[in-house]
Amino acid sequence: MSALTTTVEDGIAVVTFDLPGSPVNKLSDAVKVEFEALLIRLRDDAGIRATVLISGKPDSFIAGADIDEFTSLTTESAAERLSFEGQEMVNRVEALPKPVVAAINGACLGGGLELALACHYRIATDSPKTQLGLPEVQLGLIPGAGGCQRLPRLIGARAALDLILTGKSVRGAKALRLGLVDELVPRSILKATAVAAADRLARQGAARRQPVGGIRAYVLDRTATGRRMVYRAAEKQVRERTGGHYPAPLRALEAVRVGLEQGIAAGLAEEHRAFGELAVGDVSRKLVQIFFATTALKKDDGIAPGAAVPRQIRRLGVVGAGFMGAGIAGTAAANVEVDTRLKDADLARVGKGLKAADDIAADRLRRKRITRPQYERLRALLSGGEDYRGFGRADLVIEAVYEDLDLKRRVLNEVEAVTGPEAIFASNTSTIPIREIAAHAARPDRVLGMHFFSPVEKMPLLEVIPTEATAPESIVTAVRFGRRMGKTVIVVADQPGFWVNRILSPYLNEAAILLTEGVPIELIDRTMTAWGFPVGPIALLDQVGLDVAEKAAAVMHAAFGDRLRPPETIARLLADGRLGRKSGRGFYRYRDGHKAGVDQSVYRLLGVRRVEDADPALIERRLVHAMLNEAAAAVDDGVVRSPRDGDVGALFGIGFPAFRGGPLGLIDDLTPGRVVDVLRDLEDVHGARFAPAASLREMDAHGRRYYPA
Amino acid sequence: MPDFRPGRRVAIVAGLRTPFAKSGTVFRDVTATALARHAARELLVRSELDGREVDEVIFGQVVPSVRAPNVAREVSLLPQLLPSVPAYTLNRACASAAQAITNAADQIALGHADTILAGGVETLSDIPVLHSRRFSRILVEAGKAKSVGARVGALARTRPRDLVPVTPAVAEPSTGETMGQSAEKMAKENGISREAQDRYALMSHQRAAAATADGRLTAEIAPWFGGPDLDQIVTADNGIRSDTSLEALSELRPVFDRRYGTVTAGNASPLTDGASAVLLMSEEKAAALGHEPLAFIRSYAAAAVDPGWQLLMGPVYAVPRALERAGIVWAELGVVEIHEAFAAQVLSNVQAWGSAAWAERLGLAGPVGQVDWDCTNVMGGSIAVGHPFGATGARLVTTLANEMRRRDVQFGLVSICAQGGMGFALVLERD
Repeated sequence: MSALTTTVEDGIAVVTFDLPGSPVNKLSDAVKVEFEALLIRLRDDAGIRATVLISGKPDSFIAGADIDEFTSLTTESAAERLSFEGQEMVNRVEALPKPVVAAINGACLGGGLELALACHYRIATDSPKTQLGLPEVQLGLIPGAGGCQRLPRLIGARAALDLILTGKSVRGAKALRLGLVDELVPRSILKATAVAAADRLARQGAARRQPVGGIRAYVLDRTATGRRMVYRAAEKQVRERTGGHYPAPLRALEAVRVGLEQGIAAGLAEEHRAFGELAVGDVSRKLVQIFFATTALKKDDGIAPGAAVPRQIRRLGVVGAGFMGAGIAGTAAANVEVDTRLKDADLARVGKGLKAADDIAADRLRRKRITRPQYERLRALLSGGEDYRGFGRADLVIEAVYEDLDLKRRVLNEVEAVTGPEAIFASNTSTIPIREIAAHAARPDRVLGMHFFSPVEKMPLLEVIPTEATAPESIVTAVRFGRRMGKTVIVVADQPGFWVNRILSPYLNEAAILLTEGVPIELIDRTMTAWGFPVGPIALLDQVGLDVAEKAAAVMHAAFGDRLRPPETIARLLADGRLGRKSGRGFYRYRDGHKAGVDQSVYRLLGVRRVEDADPALIERRLVHAMLNEAAAAVDDGVVRSPRDGDVGALFGIGFPAFRGGPLGLIDDLTPGRVVDVLRDLEDVHGARFAPAASLREMDAHGRRYYPA
Repeated sequence: MPDFRPGRRVAIVAGLRTPFAKSGTVFRDVTATALARHAARELLVRSELDGREVDEVIFGQVVPSVRAPNVAREVSLLPQLLPSVPAYTLNRACASAAQAITNAADQIALGHADTILAGGVETLSDIPVLHSRRFSRILVEAGKAKSVGARVGALARTRPRDLVPVTPAVAEPSTGETMGQSAEKMAKENGISREAQDRYALMSHQRAAAATADGRLTAEIAPWFGGPDLDQIVTADNGIRSDTSLEALSELRPVFDRRYGTVTAGNASPLTDGASAVLLMSEEKAAALGHEPLAFIRSYAAAAVDPGWQLLMGPVYAVPRALERAGIVWAELGVVEIHEAFAAQVLSNVQAWGSAAWAERLGLAGPVGQVDWDCTNVMGGSIAVGHPFGATGARLVTTLANEMRRRDVQFGLVSICAQGGMGFALVLERD
């Protein structure tokens, strides 16, 4: 079956792209072959005066290249050839003597946008599904089909670099403002407008484009000196953001620069060369692997396929209007558009929670991502009270009350008393076993854990925790609901710390132990951010809250023994009245919620002298291996269902550096044998907490890995 | 004479309102839409009703907002309801919400709907302020102008007096008489003394204060989260003065007739912002959904008098008509709720109902009935609680229905006077 259908009417060819058997249009090898043949016809058929390229999919113009295809590339030269051929095809579109109009509705990304850029006229719809962008850097690549050349020529170096170096996409209205598209129309008249434009261009030729922006734009985009400033600023920004760990943005910047300064031919050559090198590089391989893992996870409901169907959630109840409860309520209302009722003990707390929940939608209004009527609608979904009225119709209730077993049990019983028999109860506990909370439940099959991370609207991970008694229907309902909230969901076992806090626990302990040895706070944090974490472990403790961290550490110690014994560091800070960022004082000082330097008095408080010559390599080794070892132990205990879940959980839950894959992928890369060796060395020096997990020794002995090689 | 109960029986399932607040206070920056939506949404939530059950939304509003003239539609577009629910806003002056309720009841009785959300709203903090006619014309012409010159030419005709805004007055269009002047006239014609009015106002405040303190009144109120940080929480009406006294009331100066007048700010209802809503269902629907109705609608009637005469005597005509349609007499009423626009109006109405001379005028064999204050306005009334024009009717119906249930009585009456010389009466019943 062919992907492209061409109809000709009154000399205008309308080419409809509708890839059979796929929800979105992708540029695969087969499609390219078909397209090349079509190009010859468009050029040679005297009955065709102009062409409209449009999609047959409801919300996908062209989502990009077929990623499956280039994972099969093994050599740099093959990857380079792929890019070169793409450039050639796109060049042929641009070189057609007859105008081509791209009629864009839905995702127009990567190779799809590069193709549209080569067309002679672009019309986008105002649908929110219409997104234009070049996301290649997010996969460790660069736009390799002329995107680094045509985009800056069309919209200027600054705007182009903003899109190319971050991989972000823009909607139709923004694309029109940038000059990326020529017209913005409702979807209903997209085709007719495109046909009319094609006819007009065929008769009159292309109109001259007015450059966007004023004198400032002229100087920065159209003079060599101005552009030099732009490149310098962009490079600085990229280095700050990537910490030098991700090569793609810098290579993209170079391809843009060469193209603008030395001509398009040189630019294209730089582009396909860079693409070839990056495509077979480690970073891209890791990022593509993560992309596949998260894509697969989006289809994984955490139960045997077909074992149960999710319940529809028409009303969500949230008990506890604190920071977490409000975040859950606000995110659910804004993302799922579900009727949400918030309950707390008194109206003042409810009001505060409603305000925090409402802020999530209000922020989108401020950023103009939603209109005022849309905001009013989202806001009307949120309501609250000091009793359980309104919970009778709740299909899902999430509790986010204080971490106290008796309290949570009481809340569960209260909720069971007012909700229908089908309602699902989820606890947002981070430390208490779900089966403990469910011990006296009337309907234990309806109880599970939904562990969100703070702040809820920003943190992308959700751990769903079933107990032995939880029904598959409850699991699939929670997983699907979490996904609609915008979360990547992993289903994990009901063990202390679940997955994320489990592997974080020894890592944070080790950081605290380093501190007791006098290793400076900023050195510990700087070492780990240099390794690729978004924040260092000490700053993370402050963010989590020292009271919360201490409580969690105690739970982990009680569950797993001396391996996870926390030092007294945090207890001493708590005794000094420091709670971390929320109280303005922790290991760091805070001003208006922002870090304002290390609090030097901490060392005196801990009775240690700063060791100025600590070796970052040793710090890194201890911290990283503490986490890797615990990850292996947790896998032994069956906490995660697959290495994939574990690695995605670490990436999205704690910001484990993406270019390193994940903790389990990293063990594979280092080889289990190497990891065991390092752990043994550490055990010799620092004690039994570094004793290698049983499975690591076994994997080493049998030459096994987490992922197939 | 039609049967008093044609068609299906209509149940009042629940009622709820926002706090009522003196205009320019806590709802100063709140739109009528927001108030109406809050009352309606909280009513839905508290009644544990699936929003998909609602077939229609009818709201009353007397001074509509320019931006959302059909406030009922804004309510029916609440995300908890289906967008396919039709809605309209009506105006029968101060009886608007009561009219919304009886219109809803008619639709249910006829079988056109099973479940209707009816109510009313008013905010006088956000009334439309109009330009003068001449200035409006200039603006329209300038807007239509085809050239800059023509536009400037049109605008250049503006004179300073054109810019004086026109504010709506609480005055009768047909007579030019303000509501207060009408009340003043009624006090004089019917011989209602200043002291009687002040004593009545005092009773209204004391009863409302007691009902607020023991929770009977606040149970009908959905708390409002106000202010930019939602930390200004309003759970009660702010016009009720538990500390007022006869002395304090008697010291107030008459507003409308400074020399011989008796009507003061203390014995009249204040300008008020607020919204209220009532959930109505056919008896069968209520039973099917497991709701125990508070009461059923038995009958209603509207009437009107010449506004140039005694403006607020409409209830004197409406009440006997509604009682006749209900097939009952006043003595059978267990609870009565009378809208208090002015103490002078309430006392004039009450006096007329009890009078043989009036009975003759109404063509009745005997007086309409003697008001028993032990079962009338038992939680105070509009003088204390406040009177958002469009919303009061639904407040009265809710309070009446709740009180009928508390006292376990069979029949109850709502009486409302309204601008334009109109009166409205509604009889509720319980099994």
